[in-house]
Amino acid sequence: MASTAIQHTLEHSGHSHDDHGHHHETFLTKYVFSQDHKMIAKQFLITGIIMAVIGMLLSILFRIQLGWPDQSFPLLETFLGKWAEGGRIKPDFYLALVTIHGTIMVFFVLTAGLSGTFSNLLIPLQLGARDMASPFVNMLSFWFFFTACVIMMASFFVESGPASAGWTIYPPLSALPQAISGSAAGMTLWLISMVFFIASSLMGALNYISTVLNMRTKGMDMWKMPLTIWAFFLTAILGVLSFPVLVSGVVLLIFDRSFGTSFYLSELVVQGQVLPQQGGSPILFQHLFWFLGHPEVYIVIMPAMGIASEVMATNSRKPIFGYHAMVYSLIGISVLSFIVWGHHMFVTGMNPFLGGVFMITTLIIAVPSAVKTFNWLATIWRGNIRFTPAMLFAIGLVSFFISGGLTGIFLGNAALDIPLHDSYFVVAHFHLVMGSAAICGMLCGVYHWFPKMFGRMMDEKLGYLHFWFTFIGAYLVFFPMHFMGLDGVPRRYYAFTEFEFMKEWLTVNTFVSWAAIIAAIGQIAFLWNFFHSIFYGKKAVQNPWESSTLEWTTPVEHLHGNWPGEIPTVYRWPYDYSKPGHTTDFIPQTTPFSQTMSSNLPHDFEGNPEAERIQIEWQKKQQAEAEQGV
Amino acid sequence: MAQKPFENDRENLKAKKFMMWLFLVSSFIYFAGLTSGFIVYTAEDPSRGINTILPDVFKYSTGVIILSSLTMHLAYLAGKKLQFRMQNLYLLITAVLGLFFFVFQFQGWGLLFNRGVVFSGNPNASQSFIYVFIASHLLHIAVGMILLLRAVRLKFSRIDPVRNTFRLEITSIFWHFIDILWIYLYVFLLLNQ
Ligand code: HEM
Ligand SMILES: [Cu+2]
Repeated sequence: MASTAIQHTLEHSGHSHDDHGHHHETFLTKYVFSQDHKMIAKQFLITGIIMAVIGMLLSILFRIQLGWPDQSFPLLETFLGKWAEGGRIKPDFYLALVTIHGTIMVFFVLTAGLSGTFSNLLIPLQLGARDMASPFVNMLSFWFFFTACVIMMASFFVESGPASAGWTIYPPLSALPQAISGSAAGMTLWLISMVFFIASSLMGALNYISTVLNMRTKGMDMWKMPLTIWAFFLTAILGVLSFPVLVSGVVLLIFDRSFGTSFYLSELVVQGQVLPQQGGSPILFQHLFWFLGHPEVYIVIMPAMGIASEVMATNSRKPIFGYHAMVYSLIGISVLSFIVWGHHMFVTGMNPFLGGVFMITTLIIAVPSAVKTFNWLATIWRGNIRFTPAMLFAIGLVSFFISGGLTGIFLGNAALDIPLHDSYFVVAHFHLVMGSAAICGMLCGVYHWFPKMFGRMMDEKLGYLHFWFTFIGAYLVFFPMHFMGLDGVPRRYYAFTEFEFMKEWLTVNTFVSWAAIIAAIGQIAFLWNFFHSIFYGKKAVQNPWESSTLEWTTPVEHLHGNWPGEIPTVYRWPYDYSKPGHTTDFIPQTTPFSQTMSSNLPHDFEGNPEAERIQIEWQKKQQAEAEQGV
Repeated sequence: MAQKPFENDRENLKAKKFMMWLFLVSSFIYFAGLTSGFIVYTAEDPSRGINTILPDVFKYSTGVIILSSLTMHLAYLAGKKLQFRMQNLYLLITAVLGLFFFVFQFQGWGLLFNRGVVFSGNPNASQSFIYVFIASHLLHIAVGMILLLRAVRLKFSRIDPVRNTFRLEITSIFWHFIDILWIYLYVFLLLNQ
């Protein structure tokens, strides 16, 4: 599949020669099969938002089941038919809901929706490029993603229902149609959809990496790149290195499902029948899955981190604290994320000594994570903070990342994980650290770059409303789950009415469900704000947040190629906020040092003695003039 | 207009070529995933493993694919010297060698199958892995053949040498890669037989 990428690279380079200069833009080439990175970014964003709404509605459905397990809701039967006979969601369908919710949120929203939107929008704009390395492959990447979405949603319309083996699709459950109805046609569609999805993210990632490495404007060396770009770049590398392994895992699963092999299957008895497959190893799948799976969680969070870093520096009117440390910690996280996957398998029969190794690597990853957290706090510390909605969401990310990251340290402990594994404690952990934090990062990016995408502003008041609903809502939903998990309540159970010790958690579940419903209603504020502002928002000025990065030097009106004239040259790093001695509290990256003599510092000229000499001379002259004046 | 937006396509050729390299990386990781899977699977139980000697046809296919790398390179050199007729000839020879490779691989499968080293219904999945390796690799060969045919030029008068060389480069990078990939897989299988 990804091989189509190459072919089309060629095709594009073959034809683009002819379509010089004159672009006959039709509705189809402008809005549908667009090759402009800004339009593709918007396509990713809007598709991502639609998928997010669907994912959220699915979660409300299963929250209804968990909150009120004994009650019947005839309305559900009206909408869901046989999946909710008698107004109560069926156990099989409950599992399908959880599975598709997880898949949509992790892959379609927080991977494609997040990276697809902001890498596409910002890599060319913040680096000073006309477009991506291969606009054609970029377009293909979106349409593969779109196809994946359609196929995934189509699985709701097959007789046997959507995949229901969890987003991690462990065999044998996912491999045997006899095991659960969702493992029939639904699972096949899930696998096909994911193949499209992986092809899409690979095509995207190839483009992002190549563009970052080859197409930066003059003066933009790697150490002058905004942290957003560093984050997108490293995220793309993680994708290229880990997604292919998921492909190999999925290919073997497809063979097991449809071609009678037994890579993963062994000694199975289903409903009294002995199955022919022998000698397979289910652990093998878990290794292949989590080798992607763990980097995947960082694929989700790193772009959000980059976005938050950028927004926090801008809105604190302070340089980011520890720019180099931020980059190195991203690199550290990227490298480490490949050697910790075993922490998802502590209790699956893996060699316990191996568990010890994975425990150590897992705990080490807390170090770069902590570095980032402290740097964010130091960035806003005594800053001249502007509480825009984007800034609030950036702070929200930090808050969720801390409260969710701390529980990771407990889970990363091979011994502590024995009781905690597969309990609600894990659900609490990853919904805070990944779900909530990354969604905050994504929303932060939407509020911040909305003027760049649509040329209009979003409403601030609605933004604040949305933030508080989301922030408080997420904590009310996920925090109680820690206590349930500590008490041993397992995840992925349909109802907690059968076991005596879990009954006391019924009221908590009802509370959580109410919180989820209210938080979901709060999202209407966002949806209204977003779609209304696209058409009727206040017109944006060129640089609404007084930011120093390159994307704000482009005209508000979009044009193909981004800058009307020459691409601007970059002279300085992206975080010159509130530099002492300068007249304004930000200096764009395009301002040369010769225009900011009053604020230049010795380390601005490291390695350039000539410039340093000119600066010192200038300062001496200023001093002499000042003394004469006295 | 100081600089027409978007017309620095020439420059972008480098970026596009880089994407090809990145694709090779991801493709290699896919095979690394499969071969690691093989190792993890086989190590779990002493009764697993390839447990057979690989048929000799795989030697022939290896020879053929190495030879095709050579002709691919000749095509590239001819294209660079603007000898388009030679370029086409060598490309076609390469493609024919690719076809032979297909044939030999299928023969290899047939021989294995006759020995009872089957793909499906085999309780020793190490043996099924052989088929997965080869099939995944053949998929790459098929893509490579398409690239080869696309690099064949029909109207000599309309050839832009820069683009032609670029296309040849992309094709040959890919073709050499799948050559090396096969050698990797073959050696891997030999070491485990
Ligand atoms: C301080 C760093 C972190 C540590 C030590 C850590 C540790 C762990 C461990 C040990 C588990 C497995 C628990 C179990 O299944 O028993 C886990 C699960 C998980 N973690 Fe983390 N984690 C950390 C940060 C993160 C981050 C940053 C993300 C995502 C952005 C994340 C996402 C997840 C997810 C999605 C799962 C659950 C997967 C599943 O079973 O469905 N974690 N974490
Ligand atoms: Cu993990």
